Amino acid sequence: MDLHQTSATAILGELRSGNCSSAELTRACLDQIDRHDEKIGAFLYVDAEGAIARAESIDQQRSAGTPLGPLAGLPVAIKDILCTRDVPTTCGSRMLETYCPPYNATVIDRLEQAGAVLLGRTNMDEFGMGSSTENSAYQLTRNPWDPERIPGGSSGGSAACLASSMVPLSIGTDTGGSIRQPAALCGVVGVKPSYGRVSRYGLVAYASSLDQVGPLARTVEDAALLLEVLAGHDPRDSTSAPIEVPRYSETVGQPLEGLRIGLVKEHFGEGLDNEIAGAIQQAIQVYEALGATVQEISMPHAAYGVATYYIIAPCEASSNLARYDGVHYGYRTETQAMLQELEEERAQRPADTDKESIDSALVRMYRRSRAEGLGAEVKRRIMLGTYALSEGYYDAYYLKALKVRRLIRGDYDAAFGQVDVIAGPVTSSPAFRCGEKTDDPLSMYLEDLYTVTANLAGVAGISLPCGFTQHGLPIGLQLQAAPFQEERLLRAAAMYQAETDWHTRRPPLA
Amino acid sequence: MPLSRSDVEKISLLARLQLGEDELEQMTAQLRQIVQYVEQLSDLDTDNVEPMAHTLDLQDVLRPDERCPSLTRPEALANAPRHDDEYYRVPAVLGD
Repeated sequence: MDLHQTSATAILGELRSGNCSSAELTRACLDQIDRHDEKIGAFLYVDAEGAIARAESIDQQRSAGTPLGPLAGLPVAIKDILCTRDVPTTCGSRMLETYCPPYNATVIDRLEQAGAVLLGRTNMDEFGMGSSTENSAYQLTRNPWDPERIPGGSSGGSAACLASSMVPLSIGTDTGGSIRQPAALCGVVGVKPSYGRVSRYGLVAYASSLDQVGPLARTVEDAALLLEVLAGHDPRDSTSAPIEVPRYSETVGQPLEGLRIGLVKEHFGEGLDNEIAGAIQQAIQVYEALGATVQEISMPHAAYGVATYYIIAPCEASSNLARYDGVHYGYRTETQAMLQELEEERAQRPADTDKESIDSALVRMYRRSRAEGLGAEVKRRIMLGTYALSEGYYDAYYLKALKVRRLIRGDYDAAFGQVDVIAGPVTSSPAFRCGEKTDDPLSMYLEDLYTVTANLAGVAGISLPCGFTQHGLPIGLQLQAAPFQEERLLRAAAMYQAETDWHTRRPPLA
Repeated sequence: MPLSRSDVEKISLLARLQLGEDELEQMTAQLRQIVQYVEQLSDLDTDNVEPMAHTLDLQDVLRPDERCPSLTRPEALANAPRHDDEYYRVPAVLGD
């Protein structure tokens, strides 16, 4: 059996039956990383020694007959934004280059309790801000299907390591599409759970009312299994919902009878790549052949999603990222040079200027530390949010965006009154070339057109493989379901997957 | 009125970011473009719409007022750029 090519669910079967050990599996994953990650760049940090020790301990427990968790012995890769005790957690930022959290995120605790082997940390856009992983302060990640192209983002490393068979499961986070978009561009499955489904405790905050942690996997069954482990109420996150978690892994294989699918007519207008539109239409035909009914619905405010998102998310970011002050943790500028520069500025100041026109030493320390420790996109969003929240602009921008957010949620509520799931594209075009959009922030923001509305409304979404372009680039199908209807979402996705083999294709790694 | 360079300079102080001359120039142009894009929201009539800051209807999530373990002082200080084992250290705040 080719371990690193098989689904997580199948591998678990092999582990349980004793056909292979977790140590063998972990070594196979580490070998694959050794062979290919120099080129792909999915991992920021691989804990080979720790992973093998953990795998051997799980193997010993298994042979001793100790009851084991649902992921026992399975390697999982973690986006580098989830705090893990004494493990570097950089968020793709120079600001946190040396940061080692003193505590675990709840999802890390849950993975450990489930018996997972934490293999390493995956690359990402700095603090989750980006759609290509090019905003990482450390390295580029390449799309395994075409190394000249980006893997998507911000969870680009978590999608790329799955597509290149380095690991059977990975964890991402999604604030405006950061799980679904890279999953689509790399040809894997990614789930953004409903807001409140998974604890955010220990997830380094970008936009707290939008952020969610979720699974990436190669099959829908695997994603269901992993979501079941991640999901659930957490007293340490007061925004996690006290709603029971269904056994997704047990029901995922049951088809839905009389499934009602909605197609948002506004999603199929100008700007959608023809090959993607065609792949989505074919996917809809697969559902029709399975007995689903399909109807057109309207979400009149969907087109305002990106504008709404790029007010709300930067506002929340400007507040959340105020914590990077060069005092409590993270990067601090070289203080002696900073003080000397300030002395010189003061000496050169004309006598009649206001003393307030020059920063105090403390303010200058904050400003320089943040200027040197944060990257261009993060600064842009902090500036945008600070502006939108500043006196005189709050009503016109932030408050206005919160009202449009309500209208977008209203569109969803009306849609889910008529249909069970909404189907459509994840992205308007396949993976673009590295560097293509780095000089044009707005064009990068428009990448999020089809994904941001789910975050704004708090609904659940999944991306799953539904075809390839002529040039061999993966295409993703997005399904969305009402809040806390992940069970329905996963079952609907599994119905399609059972009829198609897109999810079994792997890139030819050089 | 479009965002001016001096607006951007003011925002950079509020945001506690120091921007160089080139950065200020580029940031002004980029923020203008983004702000112009998001201003499309003013096309929508939202007079009678309740703002939505959060998607969950949770209110007053409380826990019992009991002492529970938290970070020790060494743990809390461990990641600080400068500390003296008791306090975080920063450049002089007063008399500056």
